[in-house]
Parts: sequence; structure tokens; C-alpha cells
Amino acid sequence: MATKVHMEALSPTMEEGQVVKWLKAEGDPVASGDILAEIETDKATMELVARGDGQLRKILVSEGGTAPVGEVIAVIATADEDIADLIGNGGPASASPSIAKSDHDIEPSAQTEAAVPPAPTTAAEPGARGGAADGRIKVSPLARRLAGEAGVDLATVAGSGPGGRIVKRDIEAAALVLEAAPTEAVHAAPLAGVVSPPAAAGDFEDVPLSQMRKAIARRLVESIGPVPHFYLTVDVDMSRLGEARQRINGLLEARGRKISINDMIIRATAAALRQHPDCNAHWGGDHVRRFHRVHIGVAVAIDDGLITPVVRDAHLKGVAQIGAEVRELAGRARGKKLLPEEYTGATFSISNLGMLGIHEFTAVINPPEAGILAIGALADTTVVVDGEVVIQPRMRITMSCDHRVIDGAQGARFLATLKAMLEEPAAMLI
Amino acid sequence: MREITYREALNEALAEEMERDDSVFLMGEEVGEYDGAYKVSKGLLDRFGEGRVVDSPISELGFAGLGVGAAMVGLRPIIEFMTFNFSILALDAVLNSAAKMRYMSSGQYEIPMVFRGPTGAALQLSAQHSQACETWYVHAPGVKLVVPATPADAKGLLKSAIRDPDPVVVMEGELLYNLRGPVPAGEHVVPLGLADLKREGDDVSIITHGKMVHVALQAAARLAKDGIEADVLDLRSLRPLDADAILDTVRKTNRAVYVEEGWAYVGIGAQIAALIQEEAFDHLDAPVLRVTQADVPMPYAKNLEQLAKPRASQVVEACKRVLYLN
Amino acid sequence: MAETMADRSEMKGTAPAAPDELAGLEPDLVLGLLQDMLVYRRFEEKAEEAYAIGKIGGFCHLHIGQEAAAAGSIGPLRDEDYVITAYRDHTQALAKGVSPNAVMAELYGRSGGASGGKGGSMHIFGAGHGFMGGHGIVGQQAALATGIGWAIKYREQDRLCLCFIGDAAVNQGVFHESLNMAAIWKLPVIFAVENNAYGMGTAFSRVSTTDMSTKAVPHGVPDSAVDGQDVVATYTHFRNLAAEVRSGGGPRFVDVQTYRFKGHSMSDPVSGTYRSKEEVEGKVTQSDPIRLLADRLRAAGLLDQQRLEAMDVEARRISAEAADFAEASPVPDPRALYDHVYAEINEHGRLFFDGRDRGEK
Repeated sequence: MATKVHMEALSPTMEEGQVVKWLKAEGDPVASGDILAEIETDKATMELVARGDGQLRKILVSEGGTAPVGEVIAVIATADEDIADLIGNGGPASASPSIAKSDHDIEPSAQTEAAVPPAPTTAAEPGARGGAADGRIKVSPLARRLAGEAGVDLATVAGSGPGGRIVKRDIEAAALVLEAAPTEAVHAAPLAGVVSPPAAAGDFEDVPLSQMRKAIARRLVESIGPVPHFYLTVDVDMSRLGEARQRINGLLEARGRKISINDMIIRATAAALRQHPDCNAHWGGDHVRRFHRVHIGVAVAIDDGLITPVVRDAHLKGVAQIGAEVRELAGRARGKKLLPEEYTGATFSISNLGMLGIHEFTAVINPPEAGILAIGALADTTVVVDGEVVIQPRMRITMSCDHRVIDGAQGARFLATLKAMLEEPAAMLI
Repeated sequence: MREITYREALNEALAEEMERDDSVFLMGEEVGEYDGAYKVSKGLLDRFGEGRVVDSPISELGFAGLGVGAAMVGLRPIIEFMTFNFSILALDAVLNSAAKMRYMSSGQYEIPMVFRGPTGAALQLSAQHSQACETWYVHAPGVKLVVPATPADAKGLLKSAIRDPDPVVVMEGELLYNLRGPVPAGEHVVPLGLADLKREGDDVSIITHGKMVHVALQAAARLAKDGIEADVLDLRSLRPLDADAILDTVRKTNRAVYVEEGWAYVGIGAQIAALIQEEAFDHLDAPVLRVTQADVPMPYAKNLEQLAKPRASQVVEACKRVLYLN
Repeated sequence: MAETMADRSEMKGTAPAAPDELAGLEPDLVLGLLQDMLVYRRFEEKAEEAYAIGKIGGFCHLHIGQEAAAAGSIGPLRDEDYVITAYRDHTQALAKGVSPNAVMAELYGRSGGASGGKGGSMHIFGAGHGFMGGHGIVGQQAALATGIGWAIKYREQDRLCLCFIGDAAVNQGVFHESLNMAAIWKLPVIFAVENNAYGMGTAFSRVSTTDMSTKAVPHGVPDSAVDGQDVVATYTHFRNLAAEVRSGGGPRFVDVQTYRFKGHSMSDPVSGTYRSKEEVEGKVTQSDPIRLLADRLRAAGLLDQQRLEAMDVEARRISAEAADFAEASPVPDPRALYDHVYAEINEHGRLFFDGRDRGEK
């Protein structure tokens, strides 16, 4: 009797699998328990074993192909058996994916706790929305309180803690979606209808999405909305940057020009992004595009919203040139005289509200970019250095990251480089 | 600031307080001619004479009780236990007499005395000489307990303990006696009941006391390499307890790990965890975890002893667990 | 036991038998001792009665039968001397000057009690009278007495500390630790064993193969014994011991041989498995310290029935008044629950963990 080989749920949260390799070829004899194929799940590469005897008569999903859980991907039968019906009916088998999913949703938490979560720590662990089988929502006391304060419905939140426990970070993520919605529309408006390619071929490489990257992308979107933001903040000593600016302005005086701290931040950001191409990237839906060139979008407030003119190839430009371009672009932005190609195609953006007295804030990513910096005001702050209380001009930078593209550690490394450059401007020259 | 050892800091506190107040005397095994089993009382016999620096017979219950009696009539005894392991023999004097005298008599007696000595494990001293005794003493109302982790705190807390109107147990660390650190010369008093944030970080709170402060700081340094910044709160005083400092750090980081040298069951960490869940429940994002000695008597073999003691790697692991990082 | 008492009194007594009826004591002093003992007796009877009707709770150890041991030993002390004892402590407190009202109110658990109602029968304190309590763990007060003796010597004061222990306490380690320390530092402490022959329900002979007279010997503390039912002998004996101790002679150990007429505590039978009714009745008939003294005074022509009755009326009056005082004394203010656990001053941190100190946050 013929045996259908289904794409099996090889991890508790797997919804589809990719055939990495068939270990049996069509016509090979197969016994129950033999390893048929290697399947990449959302977590790891797993082995798919035969559940019947005979020959591997037909492979329906070739290597590299994907199939949802439950779909027939091959047929095992005796050499002379008629399997035409089975091959013709290649759709999902009796166990539909949705049922499979809900089965897993009520897996005992012991199993899910034992599972190793994927690399990004905020990726949802197994376990599910609503948590346990009895319908009780597992939620940390803090998360419960935060949810109440933010108006987040716990039933809509996927827990990322052990056994699906909803924890603080899950609520923060969910709350951001609620907050982000209106702002996002404003921010995204200039982009609507513009299909200008951000860069010419050869200026980037497209990285195909692994199953894991797909799972992260999918689950994070479920968790937080279309762009799964997370935030990283650094506190920067701006003493040396301030001194450097004075010296540069001294040199520029003769030419009647001046640069701002913001111009220097743009320059440093571009230099840092060159060292961290994983942050200089776009989300492409089925790939991540990492850019070799750095085009910085600079958010400019205008009367009825804001727009982000782009300083192209900022990594190649001196700070004086950046300063000049920004002023010129900003002036035309306020006059609503920017051309579409002047406010699209950024690989990364910066928003600075320091001049409005904002010390620290978070900015909403301008899709498909994967990151934006929110620059706070420079403020004299008392800090302890080598046991002495000193006053330093300090500034907070918060980076919003698209978690589908940038993981926490990647963002942190980029910020560390940026901080080092701002604290020692000479590092920009390296 | 000059740097001296924890041992010298204690010695300084003893000498200064004996100089300041002639009702203070030191009694214990080997405190006089031998200069103290751990040399904490070095030179004090010569300076203050055998009337005030008194070698006792090996009679822990007896001389601890003697101290209580002397305190009942106004002296300020400092009773040294060679180690707190031996003080178990004296628990009746501390817990039934010293702790309760003021209460049983409705305030007719004050017991302004100090019980001091090292607590916890040293190196390969095995079961009977390696135990953390904090829980036994802090359990009973009427006794105060401080556990200095640094030379400066050793001096400041011992001085406060000697001046305190209640019985104060001062638990030192055998392995800390040689620790050097800055200690103010002369008057330096650390009030009882004030914790000290030995390191600041926003991500997780490591709360601890005594020798384990150093294990916690080691763990925090390792965590920092992974970008995790820990608050390390040294309670310094277990009774009175700086509950505000504990609640503040937990409210900041939303997660806590307690590190202690003693056993877990009804340990200090159990009390701290209870406090946190009672008063900062809505600030918790994860259960409070504890890193303690293994629940066994201390073994002799070096490898087993290392396994039984709380280690920085366990603290790191616990911190990552409350951060949901593994 | 009576034989032993007599033998040892002859053999070891440092107080030689007085030549005359009252061993040279002033008649008024002896009459005063009789009055004191009558007060102790009636007081304890009042306590027994109050216990029976539920006015007094917990453990209550009566001193009936042992009055001379308190009156005779504490009588010769000075006000500034200290007395410390175990949990059978009512009459020692009275003897050291704590008022019957305060002691009875303490038994009643009232705010007017000697310990503010927090100590109870076993923990009567009178710091102002040098009465250092009422301690509940057998033998522990021996170490405290050593400390009090230490402080006297430390401050070079002309005082002493009298420490009562029960006969069973000599088997406790702390007894030996204390005698040893008192001996090496020559502390002014008299360790007086109130030897009523039973540690609760266990005869001393069943828990020690050696006689009481041997117990202090290993520590080099001079030992003696006295008939504790004879208040005159007890008084003179302690007067002499006190003089020796005051002159720097170091500690003394004395076996005060007495008998308890009631059960170990109010929860125990007077007689039963461990001692016979006949034994108790025999002691009550022959060794009642009050009757022995009254007979002696009558024989000496110093007391008649009328005076004795008047003294007893006074004793009953004092006891009844104490009970009335106790009854009228308010129960402790509930707010006093947390008083005196620690000194009032606590600048930082939390001392209580039952929720009392919990901040409203």
C-alpha cells in the first residue's frame, strides 16, 4: 500500500519546511525508519524519516523547494503500484497546517521550554499567544501591568518567555505597534508611488532568506506589526566632538562656512555604517539587501509633516560638504521643492530633535530601510570618571532597528562603533 | 586614600572604639596573647591590657552568655567567635538571651554588644568548618546582623555595631581578611541598614552580601562583555535591611538574582525573594532566582568543594535566565 | 535525703551552727524573714488560685516549700547586689524588692506587670532592684551571672551576683563553663543550687552518679551546703559567703537543700509517678520552712499565736491586694507589641518582616 510522505512539523512552531537534500533517489528501496531527506525548519535542519516500506517512487518537492506542513512531498510504494492519484493530489493532506499549528500551540510548556530559541533573543519562543492549554495567559506581573497601562490586549500578544510567558519586551513591542500606526503613515507618505530604485546594480548584494530568517521575519511581524522595531540606546560623551567642531569651524571661517554637530553625526554614521553593512540594509520581503554605499536620509520637519532628503554617498563626503548639502536640501524641503529622487533611496536615516530640547526619543523606521537614529539634545551631565564627578556634554542616540534585518547584537556593535567615533572624532579618519 | 587590609580595618575599628569607650572589651578564644586566630586583634592586648582583651576558655556558650550578662549591666562586650561555625554552640546565649532580653523585660535591659567572627567557607575546611550562618542569626527578632564585604565597610560597620544599643552580629569573611582596599583613617562609620550599590547597570539586579559581593562583581564583569549591565547591590546589613534599595533596583531592572554563600532553604535569598514578590510584584518580568551553596554539607575534596560553592558562572547563567536570554 | 542534708551541713558547712536559737541574728530580722516567707507563701497560693480560674496562663512554677531558700539567701544581700534565677522566680523577685503588685500583674499579663506583661511567670525582671530575671532555659542564667560578675569586677565595684540554678542545671554544659570562667577570673558570683531533689519529675540521683558536693570541685570553686528549709541557717550561711566573695575570694558554690511542695509547674501533679504522696506529705509536715521558723521563734519566746496570725493576715492582705492590682491593671496596649524588640532608634532599613515596616508604595 502506498505511503504519502508529508512535510512533517519537525519543530513545534514550524509551518513550512524547505527540502535541503533528498537522501533517497526515486527508485531507491525504502524501509520504515530510513532517513529520506534533510528538511530545514524555522529552527534547524532536521531529518525526515520514512513511515512506510517500498520504493521512493516519486519526489514531489525537489531540493531547495518548500512545502507547508502536511503537504505530500513524496510517495513511497511498491514498484508496480499505481500512484497516479496520489501524485495528482499534491495539495495539503488530511492534516491541515492550521490544525497542526493549533496542536502545537497546546504542547506542554516543558517541551517548549527545552527548545533552544533562535539567535535573536526577542524572537518568540514556541508557546503561543495565550500561552497554556487551559487558556490561561502566562504573563509576567510586570508585563501584565505594562499591558494595562499601554492598552495592549494580552490575548493578541505572543509570549517570548519560557513556556510562552508574555514578558516586558513583548508588551513594549506590541505597544509600539499601537503607537507607531499614525506616525508611520506620515513618514511613509513621501515614498508612496515612488518606485525609484535606491541604487544601481552592483551597488548591493541580495542575501536570500534562510528558513530561520523567514521565521524570524514572520513571527516578529505577527508580534509587532509590519515593521518589527526594537530599540538600542547609547549615551555619548560629546566633549571631543564639540572641540573638533570648533577647530573645523575655525578652519572654515575664512570660507564663511560652518558645520553643525548634526553634520558630524551624519559623517560618523556613514563611516560606521561602512564598517557594519548589516545595518546599512533594506528589507526586501524575501531577501535582505545590504548596500555597499551609504545614503543617509535626514529627517526634516516641514509645515505639514516631515520629509527625509538624502545625502548620497555620505561615506565619501567630507563634513563640510555634508553640511552644505544638508542645508541646501533642507531649505528646498521646507519650500517643498525636492525632487522625488532627492528624498528616496536612503539606505539609513537620521532624525534629530535635539534642537527642540528632546533628550531622548525613538524614531519610526522609514521602510524599506532597516534602521534610523534618533538624536537627542546635547546636555551637560554629571558623570563619574575615574572616581571624580565631572560635567560632560552628553547626548543620547537611540537606534530603531527592523528586527527582520538587524539583530540586537548587530545593532549594538554598530552603535559601539558610532559612539567610539563621536567620542574620538579622529576615529572617523581611520 | 590609603589602602589597608580588611583585617587591619577591623583591628582599627576595635582599637578606636576601645579607646573611645572604656566599657568596650573584647573576649574570645585566642584574642589576646595569640593576637587572634586570624590576627584581627593583633596588638590590642599590649595596648589595652588583659582586663579588656580577654582570652577565654573554649566555652562558646559560656563566654557568649557572659557577654550578655555583662551587657545587661551596662558594658559593651565584643564577643569573638573564632568562626561562626563554633557559635552554633552559643545560639542559646544569642537567640534566647541577647535577642530577647530587652523585649522580655519591656525595655529594662539594653544589650549593646557585638558577636563577631568569620562566617562561610574558606578553603578545604570541610563540613563543620565551612558554613554560612547568617540565616540562624537573622531569623530572630532582637538581633541585628551586618556582613561587610570590603575593608572600608568592615571598619565602618564594626564601629557602628559596637556603638549600637542592640546586639549586633558582625559576620566577616575568612577569605576577605587579606583583601586590601581604601579605608578612611580615624572616624569612619557606616550606619546599619544601608545597602551599597557596588556597581550600576540597568539590565538585571544582582543582590548579595558579604564575600559573595566579589563573586557578583565578577559575574557582572562577565555579563558586561555580553552587553548586559548589572546592578550589584551589596546589602551590607541583613537586619536592619535596606528594603528600599532592594525594591529600587528591582523596579529599575525588573529582574533579580540573589547570591549567597549559605544554603537555599529558608536562606537570605528566600527572604529577599519574598520581599520582592510582596512589594514589587508588578515590576517583575521574571521570577527571582537564587544562586546558593549546593544543598549539601561542604565536602573536603577540592573539586567537590568548588562545585558546592556559588560561582560567578552560575550567577551569569541565572542573570541570563531572568533576562530570557537562554 | 534529710540524712544527707544533715551530714553535709555538718561536714562542709562554712557556717557553723549558731550557739543560740537564732544563730546570733537579731530577733526583728528573723521575724522579718518570717513575715517575708509568709508573704511568699500567700502570694504563691494566690497565684495558684488565680491560675485555677484562668487569670494566669502558660507555665507557672510555684515556690511553695522553698521560701527559706529565697528569704535566707537574698536577705543578707545589699540593694546594689544582683540576683538572677531560673523560671521559678516569683519569690526571688519579691525578696529582691520587686513589689508583689508588679509580680502578680506580670503573672496576669498586664501592663502594670514587672515586665510589662511581656515576660510572664518565667520572666520577671526588676532592673531597678538588681533583680536580673527570670530565665527559661535550664542553666543559661549561670553564664549571664558570670557576665554580671565580670562587669562588677571590670568596674571594680563592691557588689556581687547571686545566681540561683536548679539541681538539674548542674548537668548542663553551660553550668560548668560558667563555673570555670568565674573561677579563672575570680568573679564575685555565688552559684546557689536550689536543690529540691527533682529536675521536673526526675530525681537527681537518677541523672548523676556523683553527689552535688562534687559538682564545683573540678573548677576549683569552693563548695558548701546548707539546709534550705532552715532560714536562719541559710541566712547566716549566705551572709558569710557574701563576705567572702566581696573580699575578692572568687566564686562560691552552695547546695541549698530544699523541697518543692507543689508540682513542677501548675500543669504537673504534686505527687505521682516520680515521688509518692507520702514523701510529699512527710516533707510538708516536717520541713515546712515557715512552720519550722515559727516553732523556733515560739520556743524562744519571740512569737505568739496572735502575732503569727497578725503576720499572716498581713501576708494575705498583701497577696490579695496584689491580685486586685493585677486585676485592675490594663492589658498591654496592642501598640506595645513591637516595643522593645530593638532600641527605638533605627535610622535606616527595615527591622521587621511581617509587613509592619512595609512601605505604602
